[in-house]
Amino acid sequence: MNKRRPPEPVQVVKKRRDAVLRTMVEGVPYIQFLGIEFERRGDELTAVMPFDQSLIGNPILPALHGGATAAFLEVTAIITLSWGLIWEDMESGALDVNNLDHSHLPRLPKTVDFTVDYLRTGLPRDAYARARINRSGRRYASVHVEAWQDNRSKLFAQATGHFVLPTRQG
Amino acid sequence: MSDKIKMARQFIQALPHSVALGMHLDELDNGTAVISMPYSEKLIGDPKTGVVHGGAVSALMDTSCGAAVMSHPSNPAGTATLDLRIEYLRAATPGQKITTRATCYHVTRSVAFVRAAASDDDIENPVAIATGTFTVEGHK
Repeated sequence: MNKRRPPEPVQVVKKRRDAVLRTMVEGVPYIQFLGIEFERRGDELTAVMPFDQSLIGNPILPALHGGATAAFLEVTAIITLSWGLIWEDMESGALDVNNLDHSHLPRLPKTVDFTVDYLRTGLPRDAYARARINRSGRRYASVHVEAWQDNRSKLFAQATGHFVLPTRQG
Repeated sequence: MSDKIKMARQFIQALPHSVALGMHLDELDNGTAVISMPYSEKLIGDPKTGVVHGGAVSALMDTSCGAAVMSHPSNPAGTATLDLRIEYLRAATPGQKITTRATCYHVTRSVAFVRAAASDDDIENPVAIATGTFTVEGHK
């Protein structure tokens, strides 16, 4: 009879996943500059961009800068994609999670193109985004991102992007 | 410089997010805008190489495209981005300023069409290309 490994204690699993996610996000200065944070439920990520005056484009309306919105969507796409790529190694133990810093993580995917669809004015409020990986192959990935503010069903922007994936070492 | 362009200039130079990114309006006239953004550590997207994040290039592209619309001879009272597509041709060289030149090449009653290119010191080889459509807010 084959012996099954007992399931890991939940706090060990959570600690590992949160540590990897934190390392990925905190290592990128531009994500810190925009103040973007990631919330995790299992493997699902939600990006949060808390409102800040420095994210305003048009001060008369006022409205979020289209560039801040585009960056928020692109950050969400890259982190979600990278998170999906790292998941298996993180869970199997192939990634040494006790010795983590950015230099031990795989390279981030490179954006080839990114198309943002501005659906509504970005209000001076917190913004949320989730990415869906439509295809992630050996070399390329296609990702769709949706962003909303007060109502999940009323998107204020969405985007589609293509990425070149980092080459797997070993 | 016409009053219209002067006002557009003031408006663009005061956009809080553009100010936060250190953007500088170099040229603005007749549907063309040139805006530059100096290299800064806070803009880094790849900590291993120091390359600027695509999102910062997007913000620069969006600002210059919007500025180009504002300066178009048809005098739109305001504008907002409808759609912006960016192609990243190569990584910008760390340490170098990024400059975008945007041209608003067609305006209808409701839509402005814009294209832009961004380059670092090697101006012959752009780092990114953008195409966008923008709203045209009520003429005067």
